Amino acid sequence: MTHEAAKRVRITGPRTTAGRPRRVVVIEEIDAQTAVGEVYLRSLMRSQLRLAVGVLSLLAVTLGGLPLLFATAPQTRQWELLGVPLPWLALGLLVYPALIGTGWWYVRQAERTEARFAELAGE
Amino acid sequence: MNPTYGAIAVALVAVATIAVGAFGLRISRTTSDFYVASRSVGPMLNASAIGGEYLSAASYLGAAGLILAFGADMLWYPVGWTAGYLVLLVLVAAPLRRSGAYTIPDFAEMRLESTNARQAATILVVLIGWLYLLPQFQGAGLTLRTVTGAPLWVGEVGVALVVLVNVLSGGMRSITFVQAFQYWLKLTALLIPVAFLLLAWRGDGAPAPSGDWILPLDGANDHELYRTYSLILATFLGTMGLPHVLVRFYTNPDGRAARRTTLLVLCMLGMFYILPAIYGVLGRVYASDLIDQGRTDAVVLELPARILGGVGGDLLGALLAAGAFAAFMSTSSGLAVSVAGVLSQYVLGHSGFGRRMRGIAGFRAATVVAVAVPLLLALAAQRLPVANSVALAFAVAASTLCPLLVLGIWWPRLTDAGAIAGLVIGGIASCVSVMMTIADSDRAGWAEALVGQPAAWTVPLGFVVMIAVSLATPQRVAPGVIRTMVRLHTPEQLELDRGSWHPERT
Repeated sequence: MTHEAAKRVRITGPRTTAGRPRRVVVIEEIDAQTAVGEVYLRSLMRSQLRLAVGVLSLLAVTLGGLPLLFATAPQTRQWELLGVPLPWLALGLLVYPALIGTGWWYVRQAERTEARFAELAGE
Repeated sequence: MNPTYGAIAVALVAVATIAVGAFGLRISRTTSDFYVASRSVGPMLNASAIGGEYLSAASYLGAAGLILAFGADMLWYPVGWTAGYLVLLVLVAAPLRRSGAYTIPDFAEMRLESTNARQAATILVVLIGWLYLLPQFQGAGLTLRTVTGAPLWVGEVGVALVVLVNVLSGGMRSITFVQAFQYWLKLTALLIPVAFLLLAWRGDGAPAPSGDWILPLDGANDHELYRTYSLILATFLGTMGLPHVLVRFYTNPDGRAARRTTLLVLCMLGMFYILPAIYGVLGRVYASDLIDQGRTDAVVLELPARILGGVGGDLLGALLAAGAFAAFMSTSSGLAVSVAGVLSQYVLGHSGFGRRMRGIAGFRAATVVAVAVPLLLALAAQRLPVANSVALAFAVAASTLCPLLVLGIWWPRLTDAGAIAGLVIGGIASCVSVMMTIADSDRAGWAEALVGQPAAWTVPLGFVVMIAVSLATPQRVAPGVIRTMVRLHTPEQLELDRGSWHPERT
């Protein structure tokens, strides 16, 4: 057993990355700007863009929907919660923790996407 | 209000700003230090600095003033100024840091491989910076007049001088310390008085403001729905295009840190922007006569004297004045650094001054120009409410630099011709609207709405022109665009070839 292993080292020794061929391949494909490399790059960009567009759509529907709601259903402008009118409660207070929470969720997701990409590239 | 306390408070802030700035002086030695503080600034310090730089006269005084005058619709100003950071976070924060550019013109040149695109972006950065500096100086004049009775020009020239000394002596590193200090000063200066004011208001039986003022879309303005959406577009998308905001991202060590810093900034802005609405509502109850006097921007400063009175009211008023001055100086300093950086990199470096004017000497000469032009404009131009005026700068940024950044980062087919066409057309459309609004506001109906809140049509115009011209000029796609995309989007820990572009070699 040991005799066989020693023999193998002598032949493949200089190729230190031989045990992890995928890392070399993905990084080299991207560096050489081959079609395969571009597929990896574009899939990373597409995941991140999809995440960004998702957050922006959420923003457009919720926050961006408020003026339309107030315009089409004017009685909603007079709704009150704990004595505070809804528009003031939503735009004066609640919107801020909601924006921070969304940002926090986005950062987590974006970092996960990058971690997956790094893993794929063998890092 | 007692002028002595106010004058002392303002003088203290000015001295403290210069002193804290001088503290960072020894560290700034090379050009790179000036621009990006050697990228050695921690996330908390950096986020405080971004907050300090961002919260301007418009946030500190203007938002409360507009809420006092126009009610619930004006809540969109602070909301938009915060949400703009969320948009910036998801679309540009990490890629922009990874680009390695110091300024937006750097980014344009790196991404599009074109000096013409760089030049177009330079002109817009300078224009937006000046548009944004103008209300800062005017707000300073107004504050000093409210506090001490001094003529308007005293505050305007005074703030310009302090900014000049500060930027000339320390550059970005000292500005980072100054800005971080200013954020906490501004938050404290609004937070402490509001506690006393609310207690006094409760003691009064908690009177509520009356009438339709409390309702959004209450019919006080023409075309309110259009205006609201236009304002939303301008603030949500304009934030990323503000020159003094972007330069801060280069002080993060990598893209991941840039994202986390932006999240911290969102938290800091969220804390701050709850306060202007409270001042606005209290102002409606106790200081509605300011509307007829056309001095709504002074509401934050006047409330303590009106509600509390006595020495307590004077002291809290002085604290608020100190915070207001912190707001002018921090935003103006940040803008001056950015505008000067861009001017010295391009205009002075390439003009008859030649190479001798590059580097730190060029930066200093450019700082003088960057501060002098908007100061002269501030002394000459008519006075819009501060927050309105700042929103116009946002509209220009959203119509020009926002499409450049978003398409540049996410759409490999953007060409230099497309980018330049979009910057020119979006820039002309939004700038002409802004100039017409600043020159006179004597319009009515749709003309007034379209010119006074142009973003709803100029932002789509900027995007459409950039996309259409890029599609028509596919042969002009930058040859190294794939390498650039690798640079912008892949995490730094991967050892990839990201190209050799570096801002200091251009």
